Amino acid sequence: MEVLVCVKRVPAPGAKVPLTDDATDIDTRYLGHTIGPHEECGVEEAVRIVKAHGGSATVLAVGPPEADEQLRYAIAMGADRGVLVDVGAAELDPEATAAAIVHAVGDTSYDLVLFGTESADASHYQVGIRVARALGLPIVGGIKGIDIDDGAARLRREVADGVEVYRLPLPAAAAVKEGLNLPRYPSMPGRLKAKKARIDVVPYTPEPGGLRKVRLRQPNDDREEAIVLGHGADAAPRVVDVLEQIGVIT
Amino acid sequence: MILAVLDDSPAALDMLAFAQSLGQQVDVATFGGGDVDDLAKRGVRTLHRITHDELADCAPAASGDALAQLIEHLRPDGVLAVSSDAVTEAMAHAAAIAGLPLATNCVEVTTGEPWLLTRVRGGGMLLEEAELTATPALLTIAQGVSGDIGAGPVESCEVREFFPELTTTQARVVERASRGAGMTLATAPVIVSGGRGVGSADGYRVLEELAERLGGVVGCSRVATNNGWRPHSDQVGLTGTKVTPDLYLACGISGATQHWVGCMDSKVIMAVNTDPEAPLVRRATYAVIGDVHEVLPAVLAEINARSKT
Ligand SMILES: Cc1cc2nc3c(=O)[nH]c(=O)nc-3n(C[C@H](O)[C@H](O)[C@H](O)COP(=O)(O)OP(=O)(O)OC[C@H]3O[C@@H](n4cnc5c(N)ncnc54)[C@H](O)[C@@H]3O)c2cc1C
Ligand SMILES: Cc1cc2nc3c(=O)[nH]c(=O)nc-3n(C[C@H](O)[C@H](O)[C@H](O)COP(=O)(O)OP(=O)(O)OC[C@H]3O[C@@H](n4cnc5c(N)ncnc54)[C@H](O)[C@@H]3O)c2cc1C
Repeated sequence: MEVLVCVKRVPAPGAKVPLTDDATDIDTRYLGHTIGPHEECGVEEAVRIVKAHGGSATVLAVGPPEADEQLRYAIAMGADRGVLVDVGAAELDPEATAAAIVHAVGDTSYDLVLFGTESADASHYQVGIRVARALGLPIVGGIKGIDIDDGAARLRREVADGVEVYRLPLPAAAAVKEGLNLPRYPSMPGRLKAKKARIDVVPYTPEPGGLRKVRLRQPNDDREEAIVLGHGADAAPRVVDVLEQIGVIT
Repeated sequence: MILAVLDDSPAALDMLAFAQSLGQQVDVATFGGGDVDDLAKRGVRTLHRITHDELADCAPAASGDALAQLIEHLRPDGVLAVSSDAVTEAMAHAAAIAGLPLATNCVEVTTGEPWLLTRVRGGGMLLEEAELTATPALLTIAQGVSGDIGAGPVESCEVREFFPELTTTQARVVERASRGAGMTLATAPVIVSGGRGVGSADGYRVLEELAERLGGVVGCSRVATNNGWRPHSDQVGLTGTKVTPDLYLACGISGATQHWVGCMDSKVIMAVNTDPEAPLVRRATYAVIGDVHEVLPAVLAEINARSKT
């Protein structure tokens, strides 16, 4: 099984998301970066599939040269190699990102290609779907369970009223969600291996797609400061007053 | 003409009103279904009903194929779709087939050349203003967005069945199971949620007890999930579940944005935290400064004492 996982370098902000002065981007000077939780599960799943069925796991990121950090993290988790599609610092729209991934995959044939899915309330599904269609692979999103057997992938996902299982003949693709598995923390030997691992850098000049980001802004937050009900156990009577008042104690 | 792609959720009718507020004729498309009497009352003259026996059992790619064919056939100026998982996925396939850009989760839209949009990023962490240059403009509209100028009623709404030709029917559903009855994070009126401050898996017992007493369920932060204290199905936030209970009681949770966007629409948020400066303590409706394992047992004792008298 040759498995490819596409991971994106994203900033990991705390309680506020700081913006640059011209408000075209997140100000990442004081922020750490990470790979999205959905994609972390994708890497974990790829490592497990390769352990069970043989083959190798490749991780691919489209982004600035610093995305090297996220690829090495994935390798420390157990992936075998990394591909960095270097497009410089600008954030690409989904069409351009998909084109960059398709370009880097080239003629390499993978049995399974994994993407992350965005959370239910802010789904994009786009990049994975665009890449899968360009590569001629079937794809289903929102996946929380993968079984490989008999030349096919059985993909499980939760829907409003229950669970659906799809059977996709391999080669296939899936966009996965956090909850698929519990990703491991990289081991010490894993980290050492990742330091020395080879990362192929593919330069790429993106063509902008039809969606252009103009500016970012913070959502309105005109909430009042919280009413402090008290300290420690002594606050209990006032807490229960509030619970009664809002009608959650029957 | 603008094509509004609806499903059978109540949110779909908000989306329809939003589409109508853009000031152009709006036709509706559905993947089967659609109440013509209701649509006529809402000023819709034409319902394009995508009809195919196999659609329900095929992978989402097939719905995308069907939608792409309908769009090609009707050539609307814009396609506005509800942002449910299933419809978003179909829209993404349709966009990929048509080679068009797609803007997801929009909250403000101005038609024109280009279309000007505001879209939600990171589940509500940020808003992005963007320009979309393409015909038709493909958009999904965030849940909760509505328009106040719906259209006046029309006499009747005509149904035009659209029969797509599906080529991608290979990937299929092979199994379906329905969820058992019972409360979930998405439906519970009360959520007693715990983070790193709860300290251990065992520490959640008091949260479970309080949740049960208040007729709710237990939730958690990603730290609790990552530590293996709780299953991921309990996780609230960007990559967990977005919740809207009457009461969200956040115990030992700091309030990182990725958690906040999952709970910010709760009616009342109460935070229990040892740190008075924690972001969630400041943004909550009510706060208690203190140790979860002192505050919650005292609250339970107080509830029990009052119910005896
Ligand atoms: C889980 C998650 C967490 C996020 N957290 C933050 C955050 O903390 N801060 C923030 O500012 N924004 C965050 N975002 C928003 C994100 O940066 C983008 O705004 C948004 O996802 C745009 O869609 P997309 O282009 O990533 O495509 P999507 O269609 O949402 O991406 C789907 C999948 O495509 C693949 N993919 C996308 N881009 C690349 C790439 N460059 N290289 C390789 N593979 C790629 C990945 O597998 C990804 O999971 C988050 C998004 C997600 C999905
Ligand atoms: C892309 C991306 C997506 C993410 N998605 C999610 C998500 O969906 N959901 C989510 O929750 N997180 C998510 N996160 C993680 C998020 O950034 C935070 O790391 C996480 O929410 C922190 O969890 P916490 O509040 O439990 O822990 P901490 O931030 O460590 O906070 C612990 C809090 O407990 C308090 N405390 C300590 N001891 C006690 C005590 N005895 N009694 C009372 N209070 C105490 C502390 O004062 C502190 O405020 C995501 C991160 C990224 C980068």
